[in-house]
Amino acid sequence: MEEGVVNEILQGPLRDVFDTKQLITDISGSGNNWAVGHRVFGSLYQDQILEKLRKSAEHCDCLQCFFIIHSMGGGTGSGLGTFLLKMLEDEFPEVYRFVTSIYPSGEDDVITSPYNSILAMKELNEHADCVLPIDNQSLFDIISKIDLMVNSGKLGTTVKPKSLVTSSSGALKTRHKKPFDAMNNIVANLLLNLTSSARFEGSLNMDLNEISMNLVPFPQLHYLVSSLTPLYTLTDVNIPPRRLDQMFSDAFSKDHQLLRADPKHSLYLACALMVRGNVHISDVRRNIERLKPSLQFVSWNQEGWKTSLCSIPPVGHSHSLLALANNTCVKPTFMELKERFMRLYKKKAHLHHYLQVEGMEESCFTEAVSSLSALIQEYNQLDATKNMPVQDLPRLSIAM
Amino acid sequence: MSIVTVQLGQCGNQIGFEVFDALLSDSHSSQGLCCKRENEAYQASCKERFFSEEENGVPIARAVLVDMEPKVINQTLSKAAQSGRWKYGQHACFCQKQGSGNNWAYGYSVHGPRHEESIMDLIRKEVEKCDSFSGFFIIMSMAGGTGSGIGAFVTQNLQDQYSNSLKMNQIIWPYGTGEVIVQNYNSILTLSHLYRSSDALLVHENDAVHKICAKLMNIKQISFSDINQVLAHQLGSVFQPTYSAESSFHYRRNPLGIDWHVRPPSSGLPSLGKMSLNKDLHFNTYIANLVILRGKDVQSADVEGFKDPALYTSWLEPVNAFNVWKTQRAFSKYEKSAVLVSNSQFLVKPLDMIVGKAWNMFASKAYIHQYTKFGIEEEDFLDSFTSLEQVVASYCNL
Repeated sequence: MEEGVVNEILQGPLRDVFDTKQLITDISGSGNNWAVGHRVFGSLYQDQILEKLRKSAEHCDCLQCFFIIHSMGGGTGSGLGTFLLKMLEDEFPEVYRFVTSIYPSGEDDVITSPYNSILAMKELNEHADCVLPIDNQSLFDIISKIDLMVNSGKLGTTVKPKSLVTSSSGALKTRHKKPFDAMNNIVANLLLNLTSSARFEGSLNMDLNEISMNLVPFPQLHYLVSSLTPLYTLTDVNIPPRRLDQMFSDAFSKDHQLLRADPKHSLYLACALMVRGNVHISDVRRNIERLKPSLQFVSWNQEGWKTSLCSIPPVGHSHSLLALANNTCVKPTFMELKERFMRLYKKKAHLHHYLQVEGMEESCFTEAVSSLSALIQEYNQLDATKNMPVQDLPRLSIAM
Repeated sequence: MSIVTVQLGQCGNQIGFEVFDALLSDSHSSQGLCCKRENEAYQASCKERFFSEEENGVPIARAVLVDMEPKVINQTLSKAAQSGRWKYGQHACFCQKQGSGNNWAYGYSVHGPRHEESIMDLIRKEVEKCDSFSGFFIIMSMAGGTGSGIGAFVTQNLQDQYSNSLKMNQIIWPYGTGEVIVQNYNSILTLSHLYRSSDALLVHENDAVHKICAKLMNIKQISFSDINQVLAHQLGSVFQPTYSAESSFHYRRNPLGIDWHVRPPSSGLPSLGKMSLNKDLHFNTYIANLVILRGKDVQSADVEGFKDPALYTSWLEPVNAFNVWKTQRAFSKYEKSAVLVSNSQFLVKPLDMIVGKAWNMFASKAYIHQYTKFGIEEEDFLDSFTSLEQVVASYCNL
């Protein structure tokens, strides 16, 4: 809803990739206000957005899914983004809605980000098929680690010129001094790996609709924590190829998750391993056997593993792994968000900015926070089953 | 007599390719260890069963390829064409763009009915090409969405439309862990439906074939390609021609010939692969055994061990339950080879495990919404559980 970012893309190296007729911009932005994004711009641009969506959809032989990429803490991505989500559900009910959401970190500088995030969460709970929560802090930590490895020179690594890892030229919000380009590159790689099996051949394909089918056991529990190995493209850094098994171990380490979460010490509902490159089914099985004892799976899904093998590795690597986990480790992120929300809401701080938007009332806030509380409660109930022994239920008895 | 193969889903198509390739390689193999006339009769019989002839002499597999997304079929078609020795028919495939999402309900209730006419049409055309048609060989996995769901749907249709022809389903039993999370649901839905419409279920377990690759063949990094080749090898040695009872030079006309029905309802047949003839058989009761011997000394081979009544259930005489087929023509350059196809309690344990795991998951209602979304309700699950518990009980009572 402001022009700066879109204009930069249109002047950048990918300008020809985007169809200018499919861009919608406004001037003033949403002022970091979910209500402005959702209600004001939502109703203003509803028809235009719908028309452009229909046009894109018509070009497809077979439309399978929508990817929504946005942040939770701001106004446009959060507000207008979730408005769009609802619209997609109404207009294209059979098409999957995958949402990649950037959650605000602890020290993020948008004061109202907890309000925006929680209001958006309610929409994600109700209208998304699958959400991949990611937070900036994790991305930043990963980039810092790479920097550290590069600068220490311990592994004899050399940074290639013009790599995204160290240059922050082209980073849009330079006032933050955060390497957003490098951080965003990680998310881009996530989406590449997610779609690799649908785009390329392999011995065990996994389409996008299989992600939802295998990883979402109950409709409301559709938040998937992702981790990617290797973390950096070898086009940026020269590093000797790591052992295959190490790649699997890394995927389960806390440092490789794209969210501040520790899946190893929480409860798994399901886990998908999307492998690319010259990796065979026996390698995957060996690693699952090796890692299984240290992971806890919910009682009714003790073997909750989904595997996919894509023959084509990402550029510059011989193999890569994307792990998607439906795991109760997302709970702390949600609980923290709720706490930050309550700190503001108790004092009614900044509330008037929202309430002055037509259609917004305090009930919107209370409903949103109770939606989140219900979700947290679901995760709590699952966690409570964590160390209980697995019991086989009595089977049907048949009269012969 | 000809067999029409229906390859469904990624698994079915990948395996189907390996099977046709194995059949044709063996057929062309130069070391048949028999006289020329013998070899020619063998080749002609194999050709007639599985391939039809084209003008330029390249055999075309009697197969229909079905998948709900294009990548695997395209790969399969081009691999066959590249071999130069055989290929698939140009119009023998049915393909969509969506995939079945590992969802049995989507395969069975959405894709099946939607594409019923096109798929059955393709099958009919293939059947019409056969001078003398004996039956269907349907290759599918149980764990996914297309092979399992559409496989069940198509088999049902074949039962309705071709009730006099034999339908044999090659089922791939998934690895115990790690392929598809809802594989147990998909498996029980598939099996319970196939029980009503298939004549014989030939089972291969990924875990078992994997062990063969690891322990017997010493392959270090086992890929699906390795597994599929072993499987195709086993199937090839079951399906290649053998002598009929009449005379040594006449190959058995009906390749699916044995009477698979012992008593209705139909039973599942596990294939135990390349077994030595001295298997330890104490803990297993059999309904039927078929031994196929190929190569040197087949006429003098001692199969008396298989006629022991202790092996079989009390209400069967070994003479009815045991069959042996032979041919001097060697398979795949092995001087001697043997295959054992059994209908026994061997599969009770894996079946019981799958039913147990599916039941535990069902009790928590996990993933059920994904199936009810497409019309498979909880009652359908309960029906499937009931019918499979009956199968397990029937086998246990042997």
